[in-house]
Amino acid sequence: MKQIVMLSGANACGKTAILNWLLPFMQKNNQKISICKFDCVDDSDCKTFQKFNIPVASGISHDICPDHFLVSNFIELYQWSKQKDSDYLFIETAGLCNRCSPATKNILSLYVIDSTCSTKAPSHMGPMLTKADSIILTKIDMISQAEKEIIYFNIQKENPNAKIFCVDSLSGYGIESIGRFILTKESVDDFDHDSLRHTMPSGVCSYCLGERRIGSAYQQGCVEKIAFQQEDTCIK
Amino acid sequence: MHKITIYPGFDKDHNPENFDVLNLYPSKIYAIVGNTGSGKSRLLKDIEQLVNKDSISKRVVTINDQQIDIEQRFTFTNQMIAHLSQNMRFTLDITVDEFINLHKSCRKKDIPNSEVIHLANTITAEPIHSSMSLNLLSGGQSRALMIADIACICDSPIVLIDEIENAGIDKMKAMYALCKQDKIILIVTHDVHTALLANERIIMNNGSISMILAKNKAEETLCKQLGVAYQKQLDMQKRLRTGERCI
Repeated sequence: MKQIVMLSGANACGKTAILNWLLPFMQKNNQKISICKFDCVDDSDCKTFQKFNIPVASGISHDICPDHFLVSNFIELYQWSKQKDSDYLFIETAGLCNRCSPATKNILSLYVIDSTCSTKAPSHMGPMLTKADSIILTKIDMISQAEKEIIYFNIQKENPNAKIFCVDSLSGYGIESIGRFILTKESVDDFDHDSLRHTMPSGVCSYCLGERRIGSAYQQGCVEKIAFQQEDTCIK
Repeated sequence: MHKITIYPGFDKDHNPENFDVLNLYPSKIYAIVGNTGSGKSRLLKDIEQLVNKDSISKRVVTINDQQIDIEQRFTFTNQMIAHLSQNMRFTLDITVDEFINLHKSCRKKDIPNSEVIHLANTITAEPIHSSMSLNLLSGGQSRALMIADIACICDSPIVLIDEIENAGIDKMKAMYALCKQDKIILIVTHDVHTALLANERIIMNNGSISMILAKNKAEETLCKQLGVAYQKQLDMQKRLRTGERCI
């Protein structure tokens, strides 16, 4: 086992499209790979990976937060890919809420951003962006030179150490650079003592346990309320 | 910046490309021509990415005989290369003024916004104002602003242009703005006049560079005639657009 590579990012930002190019690239470079795709409700994306003839696992979190679900299954997933004799295990996360990042310290964490998102978006993206090893801008053919530079600049402000890649996953443009980046990284094969890069959201409340009724009377556990201020100020 | 060098890769059928080495020099315009699907845009992207046998064409592109380390490629590309793609829309949700300010701060450039907007307005007939929303600009306005932005704010030594004649803008004014001295200009085109404005033509076929031709004297003369015809055509277009008879 050489490394675990995790792709995280919002819904429909292009994670699966990247993997559709990246996985064949790894195979062409004689790497044995396996993949696990996390999702909340539906695992039809998994079928797209079966065509590569590689071990495919699917993690459906159902009622549980998909990030928590991923971390709870991380070591088992590592063992599974080791059994499959993989050089690389790829993990595609579900589209997440940006509050936390399921990345651990030893993996290679790639954060995927749709480049047609707002210029202000990078500052809203939290630890998935700020703690990523590399950031991949997708749909790069849709934006102009200037927009590319502005988004790049904003991302660098949030995470100055990450390598930034630009891809157009329809044509596969830019995939080679990401592939090389992964292949040239040092191998890590120690995940048993690994830990998360960032803490998960704290606490459990009534709604985590299935409560449907609203109103303070039904709320127990970790509950926080908005402190309303002047009508014209932003809610914190 | 004194040259870009392209080393041959392979065509779509994996046959080696038919040239030894191709050097591109500043103050020259190179036209990239060929049928659709012949690999013109791929060549631009190879140059933009400074590939080192890691693209589908397996070409190698160096700048000043230097191969750029993969880790530095993107930063380097951003500083050195400006790419005007076929794209005709902005996606950012800000005003023209905010856009120019943001881009200026990325590039640490200090010029008045009015200069950029003024240049854009010479390229397109529909006036652009600083308070307009970027993503509501028309195709022609967007394209004109992208060109003015590349000319005034990017000011990169290498300019890649994919089909400048799109969107009904004034091609000659756009070319004039982009093709400043000391730059290496590569321009993908299907237009005879645009191709003849270049000093050399790179002919693409089946994914490979099949030939490199310098413009000869006869073509130089033809280019001037086509230039006159283009101006005539622009005048007629103007009349056509305002409901007048062309003749």
